[in-house]
Amino acid sequence: MEGNMSLSLKVWRQSDKNTAGAFENYKLDGVSPDMSFLEMFDVLNEQLIEEGKVPIAFDHDCREGICGSCAMFINGRPHGPLKGVTTCQLHMRSFNDGDTIVVEPWRAKAFPVIKDLVVDRDAFDRIMSAGGFVSVNTGNAQDANSLPIPKEAADEAFSAAACIACGACVAACKNASAMLFVSAKVSQLALLPQGQAERNIRAEKMVAQMDSEGFGACTNTGACSAECPKEISMVNIARLNREYIGAKFSSTAV
Amino acid sequence: MATSSRLDAKVPQGPLETKWSKYRSSVPLVNPANKRNLEIIVIGTGLAGASAAATLAELGYKVKAFCFQDSPRRAHSIAAQGGINAAKNYQNDGDSIYRLFYDTIKGGDYRAREGNVHRLAEVSGSIIDQCVAAGVPFAREYGGLLSNRSFGGTQVQRTFYAAGQTGQQLLLGAYSGLQRQVGMGTVKMYNRHEMLDIVNIDGKCRGIIARDLVTGQLERHAAHAVLLCSGGYGNVFYLSTNAMGSNVTAAWKAHKRGAFFGNPCFTQIHPTCIPVSGEHQSKLTLMSESLRNDGRIWVPKAKNDTRPGNEIPEEERDYYLERRYPAFGNLVPRDIASRAAKERCDAGYGVGASKLAVFLDFAAAVERYGRGEANKNNIHNPSDADIIIWGKAVVKEKYGNLFDMYKQITGEDPYEVPMRIYPAVHYTMGGLWVDYNLMTTVPGLYALGEANFSDHGANRLGASALMQGLADGYFVIPYTIGAYLANEIRTGKISTDHEAFVSTEKEVKDRIEKLITIQGKTSPEVYHRRLGKIMWDKCGMARNEQGLKEAITEIRALRKDFWSDVKVMGKINEFNPELDKANRVADFIELGELMCLDALDRNESCGGHFREEFQTEEGEAMRDDENYMYVSAWEHKGPEEWELHKEDLVYENIKIAQRSYK
Repeated sequence: MEGNMSLSLKVWRQSDKNTAGAFENYKLDGVSPDMSFLEMFDVLNEQLIEEGKVPIAFDHDCREGICGSCAMFINGRPHGPLKGVTTCQLHMRSFNDGDTIVVEPWRAKAFPVIKDLVVDRDAFDRIMSAGGFVSVNTGNAQDANSLPIPKEAADEAFSAAACIACGACVAACKNASAMLFVSAKVSQLALLPQGQAERNIRAEKMVAQMDSEGFGACTNTGACSAECPKEISMVNIARLNREYIGAKFSSTAV
Repeated sequence: MATSSRLDAKVPQGPLETKWSKYRSSVPLVNPANKRNLEIIVIGTGLAGASAAATLAELGYKVKAFCFQDSPRRAHSIAAQGGINAAKNYQNDGDSIYRLFYDTIKGGDYRAREGNVHRLAEVSGSIIDQCVAAGVPFAREYGGLLSNRSFGGTQVQRTFYAAGQTGQQLLLGAYSGLQRQVGMGTVKMYNRHEMLDIVNIDGKCRGIIARDLVTGQLERHAAHAVLLCSGGYGNVFYLSTNAMGSNVTAAWKAHKRGAFFGNPCFTQIHPTCIPVSGEHQSKLTLMSESLRNDGRIWVPKAKNDTRPGNEIPEEERDYYLERRYPAFGNLVPRDIASRAAKERCDAGYGVGASKLAVFLDFAAAVERYGRGEANKNNIHNPSDADIIIWGKAVVKEKYGNLFDMYKQITGEDPYEVPMRIYPAVHYTMGGLWVDYNLMTTVPGLYALGEANFSDHGANRLGASALMQGLADGYFVIPYTIGAYLANEIRTGKISTDHEAFVSTEKEVKDRIEKLITIQGKTSPEVYHRRLGKIMWDKCGMARNEQGLKEAITEIRALRKDFWSDVKVMGKINEFNPELDKANRVADFIELGELMCLDALDRNESCGGHFREEFQTEEGEAMRDDENYMYVSAWEHKGPEEWELHKEDLVYENIKIAQRSYK
């Protein structure tokens, strides 16, 4: 045992999307404050294997806060108690000895549960396919410095592009809206000259796809941005609304 | 020494500068109507895979792409921090294609192939153009033009970047291009799928067996060519900066079906990672090499100095890289910086609780930037406190996300105390042997990006992995694949009912069933950790003959133990990450043995491969060009049995020299 924290965990277990799930309770001792939240889960899973029980499935990959795989709803908040931090970068020093921690998957109609804490986020890929790109085939590009972009615009586009598509915004939203995710991509490309040619149709198509996936409507509550591990700003949602309305006035595409 | 008759690198004849442009204009073409009938499978959707899949689909081929993650956007290229090199010479500081080529060959300690590396340097500029056109938000100057920074092993500023998230932004650029093709129906995307074998028919690669990781079902997919863009194998060490899912399985299966493995022992240990904090550690986190632009690396001059870094006075610090390598200082290549850190720690000068760490200090940079801000704003008598505040703001803009990450992981504030860093496994230069066309020794099977061995020799320079991945995918394979597919237009559709598909699928199925029925006592995770310890101790930053021989014996024993005592929970036909892990660990164990064998064969030190028996009096790596200037290409002959083939490396355009950064 490496540490001396003892925890009670209430974890959502669900064997597949067609079976009803339920919370299971686990006790875990010897937790070190230097462990990440996922490392704490690794220890729990090793304990379960030793007991002959099926370990808890959860998505994770890079474990450095950038791939967007990890997605745990911890004590009622996506990615847990800290601001601007993914589950994998959350460390046990943010909890206390004796705590009870409740862990659930993202809850949204558009993100069906695959198993335990793993959900299906393919809807995000489909939204990207609807218009989250610049249509430029390889080989068509002009010299990169032939088009100066003011630093402010480039920086703002970068801030929007920092989205990792983890889905915390959807999980945080009482309506399970994906507006923050969609607005981040629409903003990034609307702010850059490269994105101008398809600016209108992009906003229209991405919003149409978002709606068809079953995400809820946006009521500007702001929980998405407050819980976003990359702190994507609500300004992007305002921009998406402007882009969308502007596009609808001038286009008959969708 | 002569190149083995089994290896034909197919590097075009003629002067180096015109090899690629001439070849590109003469490589056979496939007409658009035929492209529509040719199918290509792409394994992995990182920079190499996503760019290749999108570009080949744009050209008109029918593409299927596979990734084990839940979305192609999560491939581990996303975690690359520092930047991407290109010989644009935007800074007017003397850069050129030749210089990027030269730096890459020298940085690789003269163990890379000239023709491939020159091509890489040639297409580097187009990569930046393509990415900008796709909307990648690179860092810019106030004039609106692109910003550059320096990286290790070079004396020019040729690295393009997007804060500390360059890999993310480049991958999202390639991914958006891929999703565009998915939307148009020209790429069929298979998320949460793992390739578990290749299928060869009449000596050509004709498809794959993949497992749907959600349902557990095996699937057969046929194609006229298969591209492995499945990344590196650093996770053989258990602890590395790779993602948890990064694995060698695709490349290893290909190896066992005829693809030679090139230079497996060439692994890169990155000098600036966050040190290990305990036994629970599941992975290591890199602190970008770009930090070495501004950070100074040091240890205390006295052994066992336990004072916090910021309390140790200037005259009691040993800036050992600046001392040993005045010309490059903190920007020496990664292998040299890593070994120098190990040398100081082994000698007893390490810091932190484990004593396996050195300091990376930004105090000097904060002051320099703070003074710069004062000058910029016309403030003539700034207070020291103000200088520090302004300086920290500049450092935050440049490296903010890295500093935040460090603080989150260690609980220490790097704006106040120097960071502690230590080397960690980061990248593998070795990989499947490929020719100039990026084809492996199996016709129709290609390897791109980190999965191949081709461009980085024995040591990769910083910011060159992103360059290579995108070069291979955007600008090399779309041309070179024509040389093979032009002869495939009469093949017609390949049936997955062919006997080879049936028998290969059965082998895959049998292995999975075996894994799950052993029901021993030890989890795959524990085996992985054991393997990692053997590899790190005996085939890590320093290697010697005795250790490597011991490692081979230990790995063989581990393999036997694994196949008799592994405990895989859950069932086959369901979402089962334990089974996925067991499959991967089994392959890592076999790879580990080959890496040790390769390290044992190479009786020299070069780049990331440091054999303790072969070093200068000053502790620098000692190459043996006379006997070891070759690529090791290992052929799998059976369990625990390989045959070594050698590709002679010929340098016609570079004068071979002992690498010096002094």
